[in-house]
Amino acid sequence: MELWQSIPFACILLPLGSAAATSVMKRNLAKYWTFFVMTAVTTLSIIFVVLMSRFEAGSYTYMMGHYPAPWGNEIRAGMLEAVTALFFNVIMMLSLMGGLKKLEEHLLIDKQPLYYVMLLLLTAALMAQVYTNDLFTAYVFLEIMTIAACSLITARTRGRTLVAATRYMIMNLLGSGLFLLGITLLYDLTGHLLMSNIKEAVAELARSGQYQMPLTVVVAIMSIGLGIKSALFPFHTWVPDAYGYSTPTSAAVLSSLVSKGYIFLLLKIFYRVIGLDVIASTGILDILFVFALVGMVMGSISAIRQSDIRRMIAFSSVAQIGYIFMGMGLGNEQGMTAAVFHIFAHAVCKAMLFLAAGGLADASGNSKQFRDLRGSGFRSPIAGVAFTIGALSMVGFPFLGGFTSKMNFAMAAMGSGDIRMMLVLIVLVISTWLNTIYFLKTVITIYRKPLPEASYPVERGRRGFCFNESLVLFSLVNVALGLFSQGIIEAISNGLRNFG
Amino acid sequence: MSFHNYEEMAAMILFGIGFTTLLLQKNLIKKIIGFSMMDSAIYLFLAAKGFIEGRKAPIVVDGVTAMEAYINPIPAGLVLTGIVVSVSVTALMLALTVRLYRRYHTLDIDRITALVRREEQ
Repeated sequence: MELWQSIPFACILLPLGSAAATSVMKRNLAKYWTFFVMTAVTTLSIIFVVLMSRFEAGSYTYMMGHYPAPWGNEIRAGMLEAVTALFFNVIMMLSLMGGLKKLEEHLLIDKQPLYYVMLLLLTAALMAQVYTNDLFTAYVFLEIMTIAACSLITARTRGRTLVAATRYMIMNLLGSGLFLLGITLLYDLTGHLLMSNIKEAVAELARSGQYQMPLTVVVAIMSIGLGIKSALFPFHTWVPDAYGYSTPTSAAVLSSLVSKGYIFLLLKIFYRVIGLDVIASTGILDILFVFALVGMVMGSISAIRQSDIRRMIAFSSVAQIGYIFMGMGLGNEQGMTAAVFHIFAHAVCKAMLFLAAGGLADASGNSKQFRDLRGSGFRSPIAGVAFTIGALSMVGFPFLGGFTSKMNFAMAAMGSGDIRMMLVLIVLVISTWLNTIYFLKTVITIYRKPLPEASYPVERGRRGFCFNESLVLFSLVNVALGLFSQGIIEAISNGLRNFG
Repeated sequence: MSFHNYEEMAAMILFGIGFTTLLLQKNLIKKIIGFSMMDSAIYLFLAAKGFIEGRKAPIVVDGVTAMEAYINPIPAGLVLTGIVVSVSVTALMLALTVRLYRRYHTLDIDRITALVRREEQ
């Protein structure tokens, strides 16, 4: 065991410990400490990706507390985990940076340190979700993530956010209840909580043909539970209010990280806990596939009908989550790779869109309605450019992340059966078309001449260095994701090979 | 074949009741009650699975080290962890409910939603 292999553990422990410490800090100290911790975790993740790419074995397990396999708790890390952790951390840091000024405007002064506490807890929970090899640990951090996310929504106290948070909690509790039941049944069936051990036992069950029915039930309720939590189409009712009215950092973090954390866990369950062939034989993938296809279309249609830019982006998230589940529902290697790539592409893009939309609204007298947003691209140039880049990426403009993931989805569909291929290609075309309608409409709106009767406060104070910096960095990451997609996809598919 | 999985069956029925209550009830307090029932049902299931007639908790007394004398302690540990999690979530839900009630003077989630919409306009 070498020292660098402790990095995943440090990435979990540092934010977790800091969250506790931050709760007693003064406001400014809490802010600087949070930035310090996030920078540290991001740096560690970069180092970890570099070292991992040179690590011959591909993945390793790390014993917590030096108890061997069936008894102790474990962390397991490979290329996929390393890359995912890096992306999550970068997005977390940039989102906080971009929304910092808004956050200090929206939150009561004495409540601000608590916001940082929740953000750090969320980081710790995400990292634990990415790295853990123990199903029950995953459940505990899942709940921590839910609680932290709920607090992020309510941080800006308004009627809308309170109701949104309540609805969010209700849906999430249903999801985690199902997930917990799934773990319990699985523990009952296999006698293990460590993911690798469960997989051995499940393979044994599949070979002997015993307990097929309970196993199917377990897979179904776990998938649906995590589907509910990550706002898969019919369970998305809380999305627009939660993403649309909270402070921009919260919206960015929730849409791009929290839901992705749950999806990553589901991926882990598919690969490492149950095994992809057993999953495919239960037929649950088909159900997720159908939900995803419907979501891709319905999410976009709802987005078109919105007159509020933040709500529109929120509904677009529903459609994009549909894309990810569609890739997983294809059930082949390329589909999974495309889904993971889209997790990154969507996360980077959506966080930027939410922040940019906040900037545009700020330049339009704090209104998020499209009629007031006309010309805001000129009033807040950096936000306008960032929004345009994000919109083009979501639509699937070449050289941006969204294009690569759409192409990969199409290629993955080619490799699957006839009916699925047709369905995916048709829905992909329809959804892209709908995406284009609402995103390009918005881009055109923000660069049109304002209505003659409209008047805006001439200079509402500059958004500040942090905001601009964060949007520029986000744009760079977006472009980089498109330009270097080949390398990232290779890393993902290598990682997926060592994931199970 | 005799049927003896009464606890498990009770747990599943309770889980169903709790789940539907949480999903369908309009009253927030009843929703929270449903949530508690749902989680408690899972703990009942775990506890039932972790118990074997005639065996004791694995604390070695009188030098008995035979495996047959003791039960697996992990299900009990899971129940305890789960209770901690669900207590904190319940507290959070109750806090949200209190804030909503102070603001809108009702516990009906649909009415609250309607009031919020009116407030915006």
